[in-house]
Amino acid sequence: MTQPLKGITVLEFSQYLAGPYAGLRLADLGARVIKIERPGSGDACRNLATKDLWVDGDSLLFHTINRNKESFCADLKNPGDLAAVRQLIRQADVMTHNFRPGVMEKIGLDYTSVQAINPRIIYGEVSGYGNEGPWVHKPGQDLLAQAVSGLGWLSGNRDQGPVPLGLAIADMLCGTHLAQGILAALVRRQRATKRSGNDSVNKGAEEIETGNTGAKVQVSLLESMIDFQFEGLTTYLNNGQQSPSRSEIANAHAFLGAPYGIYQTKDHWIAISMGPLGPLAEALVCPALNRNDIDKEAFSQRDTIKATLAEHLRTQSTDYWMQRLNAAAIWASEVVDYDTLLQHPAFKAVAMELQVSRPAQNARGNEVTVTTTRCPLQINGQRFASHRAAPVLGADTAHIRQTLLAKQEVAQ
Amino acid sequence: MSELQRPLDGLLVLDFSQFLSGPSAALRLADLGARVIKIERPERGEDGRNLYLSDCVLEGESTLFHAINRDKESFCVNLKDPTQRDALNTLIKQADILIANFRPGVMHRLGLDYQSVKSLNPGIVYGEISGYGLVGPWAERPGQDLLLQALSGLTWLSGSRADGPVAMGVPVADIFTGAQLVQGILAAVFAREFSGEGSHVQISMLEAMLDFQFEPLTIALHDPEQSIERAAVNGAHALVAGAYGFYRTQDGYIALSMGRVEDLARLLDCPALLPFSDPALAFAERDAIKQILADHLPCQTTAHWLSLLEPADIWCAEVLDWEQLLAHEGFKTLDMLQSLPMPGGNALTTSRCPIRIDEQCLWGSQPAPQLGQHQATINQEIQSFHNALKGKSHE
Repeated sequence: MTQPLKGITVLEFSQYLAGPYAGLRLADLGARVIKIERPGSGDACRNLATKDLWVDGDSLLFHTINRNKESFCADLKNPGDLAAVRQLIRQADVMTHNFRPGVMEKIGLDYTSVQAINPRIIYGEVSGYGNEGPWVHKPGQDLLAQAVSGLGWLSGNRDQGPVPLGLAIADMLCGTHLAQGILAALVRRQRATKRSGNDSVNKGAEEIETGNTGAKVQVSLLESMIDFQFEGLTTYLNNGQQSPSRSEIANAHAFLGAPYGIYQTKDHWIAISMGPLGPLAEALVCPALNRNDIDKEAFSQRDTIKATLAEHLRTQSTDYWMQRLNAAAIWASEVVDYDTLLQHPAFKAVAMELQVSRPAQNARGNEVTVTTTRCPLQINGQRFASHRAAPVLGADTAHIRQTLLAKQEVAQ
Repeated sequence: MSELQRPLDGLLVLDFSQFLSGPSAALRLADLGARVIKIERPERGEDGRNLYLSDCVLEGESTLFHAINRDKESFCVNLKDPTQRDALNTLIKQADILIANFRPGVMHRLGLDYQSVKSLNPGIVYGEISGYGLVGPWAERPGQDLLLQALSGLTWLSGSRADGPVAMGVPVADIFTGAQLVQGILAAVFAREFSGEGSHVQISMLEAMLDFQFEPLTIALHDPEQSIERAAVNGAHALVAGAYGFYRTQDGYIALSMGRVEDLARLLDCPALLPFSDPALAFAERDAIKQILADHLPCQTTAHWLSLLEPADIWCAEVLDWEQLLAHEGFKTLDMLQSLPMPGGNALTTSRCPIRIDEQCLWGSQPAPQLGQHQATINQEIQSFHNALKGKSHE
C-alpha cells in the first residue's frame, strides 16, 4: 500500500506544537504539508529553543516537529501574498491554524470566507480554551492549560502541591484530536463524494455541490485536557464530587487502590501495577500483607498497605523482586531511564530512530542531519519514515509559485 | 447535529479490545458517528468489567468502565461454539473496522488474526495495539500503562530531581496509544474509499510513548552529550528554562509559563531575581530562579499576582482543582459535560468528545452496555443478513 493520505494537501498556518504536531502526523501518513509562514521569522517555534539547542539557525525543537514539511512564505497583511494564499487554499484539502480567536476573521481567512473559495476544504482550528467565555484571551500555552484543568492534583504524592506533567501533554493530545477530527471529516467527504457518484444517474451532480463535504473541525487545549482526565472526572462527577486524593506514597493513579505505584528497592526502583494483593504478598514473601480479605482494603487502606510494601521492597534489589514477580506472572517492571532505554534491545527492536536530512541551501550553507523519532504507526507492515528534514524558512516558496500557483493561473 | 451528519456515520466497528487503550479508540470512533459493538466473552465479559475498578459503581459497573464504554453495544460470543462462530463471521463480513489489543499471538490462536479476518472481509481496517511490538525482549510483557511509563523513560520527566521516578497520574500510555490508533485507522479507512482494500494498522504502546516523548528523545538521540534532567525545585518540564512551573502563593498556587526573568523581577517586585535577568542564564540558573520565586510568591494571593502579571501579558494562570474548574465560567462555557440516562433510573455524568465538527459538539446518548445487552437485536440483524445473502444466491 502507498501511504494512505497520498494526494492530500494540507496548508499549515499553525505554529508551535499542537497544530504542527497534527500536521506532522498527517505528513507521516502521506499528506503533503505546506507550512504557510511569515517572511523573516516564520513559525515562532523556529526561535523557541529548549536547552538552547539550535540546528542551522532554527531550534532543534522546530526540527523535531516540522520534519517532512514544506515552507511557503506569505505576509498575510500583503494583498498580493494573500491572493496567492487564497489560490493555494483553492487547491488544498485541509488547512489548520491556531491563531487567537478573531485573527483569521480580520485577515479574511475564517471558515466562512475560506468555504466560499473552497467548499470541500477541511478547516482545522486550535484554540486554548474555546472561542468564547472569560478565558478566551488567556494564552493557549501547555502549562497554563494543565494548570486550569485540575490535572496538577493527580500526579505526585499527597503532601506535594500540584505537580505538572513533564511533557507538553495538552499540546500533543490536542494536536492528536485535531488530526482525528480532520481524518474523520476527510472520510465523510470521500464517502459523500462516492455516494453521489454512484447515484449520479438518478440524482445528477447536484449532490456533490450541496452535499456536506467540507467541514470545520475545532479543538482546544482545555477540552483535550478534560477528555484526558475523563475516567477520573467521571468517577468524581458520580461519587458526590469527592475530590481525588493522591496516596501518601507511591501515588500513580488517584482512583486506584494498592499496590499500584512505583517503589524504591535496595538498588533502584520497581513499578507494580494492579492486581490482587494476596498473590503479590505471597510472591514477595511479605507476611504482613498476606492475610485474608486484604483485597477489600486495597483502596480504603491504600496508604498503610503501600507503606508496608515500600518498607519490604527496600530490603532487596529490583532484580531479586522481578524474578519473583515474573515467576508469579504479576504485573511489574523495572524503571528505566534514557541511558538504559536507548541502549536496550527492546528499544532497538521497535526501530524508532529516524535520521532526517537536507542538503546545504544556497543562503545558509550547512547540510543538516537530525536524529529523531519516527511515526509510531505501522500500516500493512510498513513503517512510514520520510528522511526529509524540516524546511528552511520559505524553502519551497519559489517552487510552489512555479507549480501550484502557475497551474492555477493557466486554469483560469 | 443529527445522527446522519456525523462524519463516521454508517461505519461499523467490532471492538475486541479490553481495558483502556483499544476501548478508548473505539469510544472516539463512536463519538465521531461509527456504530461500535463490543465483542465479549460470555459470563465474564471484557476484563475491564472486572479488573479495572474504581470504588465507585453505577448500576453494576465501575464508573471507569462506564466512562470508557458509553455509546457502545455488547454482543457475547463463545468462540468455541461453531454456530456462534458463524454468527461472528457474518458480523465480520459487515464490519468496516476491527480493534484488538490482546498480547501477541492471541488473536491468531482464536483464528481472528488479520489474515483470517481479511479472507472474510478484504475491505476491513484492522487496528491492533501491542505493548512493546511483536519482536524483541519485551514483546511478551504485559502492556499495562504504569509498566509502559516505567519502561519508556517517562517517569524521569515529571516532578523535581530529588523525587525519584514520578508516574503521570493519568493512564497516559493507554490514552495516547488509543488516540494514535484512531489516526491510523481513519487514514486507512480514507484510503479504502479509493482502493476498496482494507489494511492492517498496528501500533505498540512503547512506540506511542516514544512518540509522546519526541521532544526530549530527539535531544537525547541527536546530541548524546545532553542530559535530560529535571529542575531541582518546582520541576515542570525538564527541557524548559526559567520560572516555568507551579508555585505556592498565600492562598493557592499559580502557574508561571515562559516569560523573561527581568519582567518577572519588575512586575512581582522581586529584586532578588535581577541578577538572573540575562536570558542566557535562564536555563543554567533555573534552579536559583525557581527557588527565589518559591520563596517570594507565598507572601501574596494568587489573585494579587495575576493582577500584576496578566495586564503585562505575562503568561500565567491560577492552578485549579476539579471543584474550582467545574464552578468556573471558563469551563461552563465549553459545555463539556453530559448526563446519560441509565436503565435503572440513574444518570451517568461524564465528559463529551473534545472535538467539534461544524460548530457542533458530538454528544453521547447511552451509558456502557450491560454484558450481552444487544444480543437479541444483533442476532436478528445477523439472521436477516444471512437471509439477504441466501436471497441473492437464489436470484
